[in-house]
Amino acid sequence: MNAAAPSETAHTAPPSAESHGTKKDARPAPARRRKGSLLTALTWVVALLFFAPVAWMVLTSFKQESAAASSPPSFFFEPTLDQYRNIISSDAGPYFMNSLIATAGSTILVLILAVPAAYALSIRPIKRTQDALFFFISTKMLPIVAVIMPIYVIAGQIRMLDNILTLIILYTAMNLPIAIWMMRSFFLEVPSEVLEAASIDGASLLGTMRRVLIPMVAPGIAATALICVIFAWNEFFFALNLTAANAATAPIYLMSTMTSEGLFLAQLSAASVLASLPVVLAGWFAQKQLVRGLSMGAVK
Amino acid sequence: MTTTTTRYADNRSTEEVQRQKTAERAEGWRRRAPLLPALIFVIICTQIPFLLTIWYSLRSRNLLRPEGEQFVGLSNFSDIFLDSTFRSAALNSVLITFGCVFVALLLGLGLALLLDRPFAGRGVVRTLLITPFLIMPVAGAMLWSISMFNPSYGLVNWMIGLVGIPPVDWTSQYPLFSIVVALVWQWTPFMMLLLLAGLQSQQRDVLEAASMDGASTWDTFRFVTLPHLRFYIELSVLLGVIYVVNTFDHIYLMTAGGPGTASANLPFYIYQRAFLGFDIGQSAAMGVVTVIATIIISLLALRLIFRGLNAKEQS
Repeated sequence: MNAAAPSETAHTAPPSAESHGTKKDARPAPARRRKGSLLTALTWVVALLFFAPVAWMVLTSFKQESAAASSPPSFFFEPTLDQYRNIISSDAGPYFMNSLIATAGSTILVLILAVPAAYALSIRPIKRTQDALFFFISTKMLPIVAVIMPIYVIAGQIRMLDNILTLIILYTAMNLPIAIWMMRSFFLEVPSEVLEAASIDGASLLGTMRRVLIPMVAPGIAATALICVIFAWNEFFFALNLTAANAATAPIYLMSTMTSEGLFLAQLSAASVLASLPVVLAGWFAQKQLVRGLSMGAVK
Repeated sequence: MTTTTTRYADNRSTEEVQRQKTAERAEGWRRRAPLLPALIFVIICTQIPFLLTIWYSLRSRNLLRPEGEQFVGLSNFSDIFLDSTFRSAALNSVLITFGCVFVALLLGLGLALLLDRPFAGRGVVRTLLITPFLIMPVAGAMLWSISMFNPSYGLVNWMIGLVGIPPVDWTSQYPLFSIVVALVWQWTPFMMLLLLAGLQSQQRDVLEAASMDGASTWDTFRFVTLPHLRFYIELSVLLGVIYVVNTFDHIYLMTAGGPGTASANLPFYIYQRAFLGFDIGQSAAMGVVTVIATIIISLLALRLIFRGLNAKEQS
């Protein structure tokens, strides 16, 4: 299912494939093998290059501030947990708590709304299914910046600025279209015989849903929740504009460590690691679901 | 597709027809009921604000001068087209979006091809490669603007220093380039994942047949793999465009649109006008223009997604 079992694969040192002139037509099989190991080496190099900034961020988070911003960069240093201790003893808690509430709240709300909606667009479809699907996804393409002002004004008028509930509602609206599309693609995979059997048995709609359908699409619900969690946890624009002291989330905390305390690079790195960790772990362990979610169910 | 019109023969009694219709209507509502909460929720959260945006765009309104609100017709629109910063922000949007999507697509395709073969540690490599996409964008933006691109202790300047190139102040001298680099880093994994899924959905026997027939690797790629990948490439480009065109975090955190407004894109400029300039009318008008531009791209994207979807559902 997921290929990300970090233990399974030892660090195969790229076979020493110094090319002594790669063209040896006389010996096709060894040449191909050499080409293969060259490609493997190349793949590893590129992957490590891509990962290097992340590795650097993690490395920096274990440095003292003086070592973090040194020139030339210091690769060897005495690792310290000071930065993480600083963050835990700082005021970061409420920000992360807000992120957690906004993410969990919106994801649950999304699922409550999306599962029945997807049902009405797949298993017992309404007549204008394609129109409804089109409508939902088209809202995803509306640039958020085009609606932020009215949302700000309305939220101000009903005294919902700097309120975590506002973020929950907006994150729900943001993720609902994706969730409906994804859930629909999972519902469509349920064999129709199963549903027919259930309806012959005289199970009611809700009964069928609870006892037959939901257990069958449980992996799909998990995948949908994962995508919602990723987007809600990482969201910055709404949080920046609609929250202040009470409802600010982890991305806002990250930003504030940079601006208010000047450049404490090691601490900023530690904060970045902590803020990114939940989504990174979730994504690592659900790579397959990630693909399906990112393409809104179009790619399996 | 879903229009299942039922025609009634004339010889039925009207009463029967009536009853049938009522039953059908009730059935229609029973089917619609599970959809309605989600539908209403989305309409309230997206359509009403957007209608208000259109309303604002026709009025002159500045939060700093609440008394001066009045209907001004289309003058906000004519103003913004005379606004050279708006034009340059629109151009930056295009440059950033297409620059990022194009480079990320090429890199993603290359990586997908490299990963579409068995080798030691493939799972680990894939895991390493998707990580940039999972890093919180705010963290990614700050990572690039500080740890990588900082003129005095950034890694990039240290690395080019090794080969004797003098240090560069990346985010002020080359703001657009710096932003695109950070965005490409974030979006390449996205492209790679979609394209890899495409490559892996190829039928192995077709590829084997091609190589049996003596086709070279390049020919197989060009005439078998690439046509198969077409849907996946189009999908990743269009989804990429839709996501990247809304880029805000990186610009806000890496360059703040600067120096001056040199690297502001539309979302950032609209944000500036609304929340720092408090010019509701003009920022709303810009929002409307952005939406119209996005709709054009989106229609293409939607048609594509639906095509893929229908093809899948028929099979």
